[in-house]
Amino acid sequence: MRPFAYTRAKDAASAIKLLTENPNAKFLAGGTNLLDLMKEDVERPNALIDISGLGLSEIKTITTGANQGGISLGGLGKNTEAANHPLVRQQYPLLTQAILAGASGQIRNMATNGGNLLQRTRCPYFYEVSMPCNKRVPGSGCGAREGINRMHAIFGWSEQCVAVFPSDLAVALAALDAVITVRSANGQQRSIPIAEFYRLPGDEPQKDTNLPHGELITAIELPKNRFAEKSYYLKVRDRSSYAFALVSVAAALETEGNTIKQARIALGGVAHKPWRALKAEQMLVGKEATEANFKLAASAEMADAKPLAHNAFKVELGNRSIVLALQMALNGGKV
Amino acid sequence: MDENELPELTEDEKQLFADLMPEDLTEIMDTGVNRRHFLKLLTLAGGGLLAAQSAAAEHVLTRPFQEPAPSGIDPASLENAVNVTFKVNGMAHKVTVDSRMTVLDTLRERLNLTGSKKGCDHGQCGACTVIVNGSRVLSCLTLAASCEGKSVQTIEGLAQGNRLHPMQEAFLKHDGFQCGFCTPGQICSAVALLDEAKKGYASYVTANVRQSAGPVLLSREEIRERMSGNICRCGAYPNIVDAIQEVQSGKPVEQVFRSV
Repeated sequence: MRPFAYTRAKDAASAIKLLTENPNAKFLAGGTNLLDLMKEDVERPNALIDISGLGLSEIKTITTGANQGGISLGGLGKNTEAANHPLVRQQYPLLTQAILAGASGQIRNMATNGGNLLQRTRCPYFYEVSMPCNKRVPGSGCGAREGINRMHAIFGWSEQCVAVFPSDLAVALAALDAVITVRSANGQQRSIPIAEFYRLPGDEPQKDTNLPHGELITAIELPKNRFAEKSYYLKVRDRSSYAFALVSVAAALETEGNTIKQARIALGGVAHKPWRALKAEQMLVGKEATEANFKLAASAEMADAKPLAHNAFKVELGNRSIVLALQMALNGGKV
Repeated sequence: MDENELPELTEDEKQLFADLMPEDLTEIMDTGVNRRHFLKLLTLAGGGLLAAQSAAAEHVLTRPFQEPAPSGIDPASLENAVNVTFKVNGMAHKVTVDSRMTVLDTLRERLNLTGSKKGCDHGQCGACTVIVNGSRVLSCLTLAASCEGKSVQTIEGLAQGNRLHPMQEAFLKHDGFQCGFCTPGQICSAVALLDEAKKGYASYVTANVRQSAGPVLLSREEIRERMSGNICRCGAYPNIVDAIQEVQSGKPVEQVFRSV
């Protein structure tokens, strides 16, 4: 690992100031992804600003503003605490399931909510510094485009990058229309809807998100919703635990009788960002909650997929996973 | 062989064992030491090595860690030195480390606590699992610098003198290992898991996460899911699950090697 200066930040303002002053500095929170990438020589910060002592871990009901009645998760709260908090388990079980589908018990105890959102792709060409990768070294090419791309994107990729975003938590947040609260150098807070937080690779795959250097995720806000009764996070992977998704589906339904009033579907493991299946959602509104309708919606969404050489299986897998996740959601999200 | 009899040890062997480790004999017999393990001990004893090793182990486990850092480490030579004060197994330590130093390397290279193992060094195997402020974490992905004021518990800190932690006893009883390399991490992970279950934490296989009650009794499926961060290349998983289930439930679980 390359040498770096280490600073324990005293408060959010000084942490942000330190980061803003140095374009090669990084925040250190849980460290589960960043330290691994530093060991691999993928990330090469010359300074780490340890923000793990700043607090910002509270989980509470939002009492004012646009998301009143929803809940707020501290940006530096641990994934384990978010997953197991009574408010989250009761009102946002989809989020609990998504967090618990990710990583291992140890890693969830370390990883923070904000850090989870900013983790990098696990594309092996990104991780292996002897390989070309436009995300790691812009302009060097994409090793995966013509290489082994079984785990890669089927939606929204570009010739420059076919990597997928690995978070499970973010997939649930996309389905739940979460809002990311960040604090910038001038001390101001601003809110970024999750749909605007992530981006597709395009010509700048080195950028995972639209968050500028120097801003700190202070909280994640979840608007109030009526999905708690009927939601489910399905994760399909090569082994049954502790593996990244081939395809994952966050599904949530609000029904009246057997009619769907509102549907939310987001996919993981298929794109450079959590993939909101808006086409499928729109097809379901006003329809009966039946397997036949679930299948129609799923195939409408997956019809737009553009698989690579080794991942055509993800299209059918996505189809079936959407249907299964909707059925599980309809049945109350119980395993 | 009658199941209740001591396993395949001659009276002479038992006597030798009793001489070498008087306090441990009954315990080891009860938890089912096998002949292979015993013979290994005998081989060591033959060269007088066992006694020496025990003395060294005793020293490592009991000495107060107030001695200076091992020679050859001059804080001034560190490029980005960080001072850290933290507790390991109840003992306070003040160390000066390179900012890059992980908790794992600090434990192993600076504090001579080599129980925690470096398996993959990338957070994929769980062999380095330790308990920090009550939570199981990966010491290979934790900087020592970030542990200021924290309390670390390692495999060396689980036993009370010669009295093993119930989880250690259960791993012995159920033969929850073969080569043993992943075992310290498995046991630390399992010990912290007991607390998580006591707090009612859910897992991805929990039937209904909305139903948050108190302490949960873990099924085998739950234990497997919750221990998935600890890889065992020898494949001792069924025995590891037996050991954890026995401690978690408080009810004896049959030893596989006795039932086959």
